[in-house]
Amino acid sequence: MSPQISAESDHSVNTLLNNSDLFITGFRNTLILFFISGFFALILGTVVAALRVSPIPAMRAAATLYINVVRNTPLTLVLFFFALGYPKLGLVEIDFMTAATIGLSLYTATYVAEAVRSGINTVPVGQAEAARAIGLPFTQTLTLVILPQAFRAVIPPMFSVFIALLKNTTVAAGFSVFEAGAIRSNLSERGEPAMAGLLWVALVFVLLVFILSFVQRKLEKKWKVAR
Amino acid sequence: MSSVLFDAPGPKARTRYRVFGVVTALVIIAIVGFVVLRFAQSGQFDAKKWQLFTFPLVQQTIIQSVGATLSAFATAAVLSLVLGVFLAFGRLSDRKWISLPCYGFTELFRAIPLLILMMIFYYGLPPLGVQGITPFTAVVAGLVLYNGSVLAEVFRAGIESLPRGQSEAGYAIGLPKSAVMTNILLPQAVRSMLPVIISQLVVILKDTALGFIVTYNEILFQAKYFGSQAQYGSPIIPSAIIAGVLYVGMCLILAGIAKWLEGRMRRNIKVVKVTKSEIVAVEG
Repeated sequence: MSPQISAESDHSVNTLLNNSDLFITGFRNTLILFFISGFFALILGTVVAALRVSPIPAMRAAATLYINVVRNTPLTLVLFFFALGYPKLGLVEIDFMTAATIGLSLYTATYVAEAVRSGINTVPVGQAEAARAIGLPFTQTLTLVILPQAFRAVIPPMFSVFIALLKNTTVAAGFSVFEAGAIRSNLSERGEPAMAGLLWVALVFVLLVFILSFVQRKLEKKWKVAR
Repeated sequence: MSSVLFDAPGPKARTRYRVFGVVTALVIIAIVGFVVLRFAQSGQFDAKKWQLFTFPLVQQTIIQSVGATLSAFATAAVLSLVLGVFLAFGRLSDRKWISLPCYGFTELFRAIPLLILMMIFYYGLPPLGVQGITPFTAVVAGLVLYNGSVLAEVFRAGIESLPRGQSEAGYAIGLPKSAVMTNILLPQAVRSMLPVIISQLVVILKDTALGFIVTYNEILFQAKYFGSQAQYGSPIIPSAIIAGVLYVGMCLILAGIAKWLEGRMRRNIKVVKVTKSEIVAVEG
């Protein structure tokens, strides 16, 4: 991957082995952030996508506003607000990990919503027409007929969203969450070379992304829509 | 509003929709009202917290930080477009020794988190004896490597989605592959992929905010600095609001430019179509 590792491989491997505690805790927190925010983003995003195609103008407007505002705000600013601004409001106290989870969920949900909506558009018109013809109301048309098919179609974009989420968890390192992005600063406190640590972190991310793409291909094959 | 997902509402459904609409509006007003009330109760709207932002020097600094964000964005946008085109051409090359490294490059840099890339440049390189790494170069280098790889995939997808006849026609009139790529395929690919390219530019603009973590002097960095001024009551929420307005504003302007460009291009295509039908009419 880099001349650094091959030239000083003993040294670099030592950086990993001697500090395995940092790497393990860091990536454990990264994965916790990823799975919890991914779960909430998936639910919230689907709900927002449903609101966006609903027959009620107020709901459509609310969902559109939410998506447009959050999508045009940097994730760093969203986390900035929840990690540094929120505590000033004197509400229920939350730790930095929870703040990061809320921020990541709210941010990722907008991307999930857009992916689901594009999936809804790929479902053939006849499906919705058939559902309406047998008298299903909007909610049932959506949940029983359209969404199950839409989810199958959106696996590739949905996985890109989740891969982006996985990488975005590193931003939380800037807001006092100890995860993979914060491994470097902890390593330099122990006097370890920054480059070796960062390259190991990068390598683990490459592996994680590779695993996610593998799962994506499996699911795509399994749930292929026959049309 | 007609949609395939629901029937045209009858009298009963219309009342029901109206009720739901009012309920939705009330819920949204309640949420927004609660947030605003909470802001007000915790004194976020006090004049003291906003006083800092009335000083001309502070306003100048904010404008400078907007300039810093925009210069990082512009540099990174131009360079990543260039890198993207080169990588896309490389991946489409017939020579394995060119296409394989380009493939590896795009896959690698799309998988590494952008922040880690910036850190590699900012914290990793100087101890190895690399001189002249400023926060600006670290931010731009990270943005270019990542977004260049993403844009390469976009260009490639655009080129591959074109009908085969386009390149075949190019070869038929004796153009070499490089000319077919640059004169025939790329312009059409850019046109069809314009929405994706622009949304990637918005991503670049947003991602400059990561520079905050590698101490680049941009909007968010200044926002945190001003937000921690204790003698003005630590106005962290006012400065977050200002930063938010600036970012959303800039992204919306960029999106507006995109829409305008798209409209222009679509008009041009229409013109082409009209002339085509005219040709057919003349020939028929």
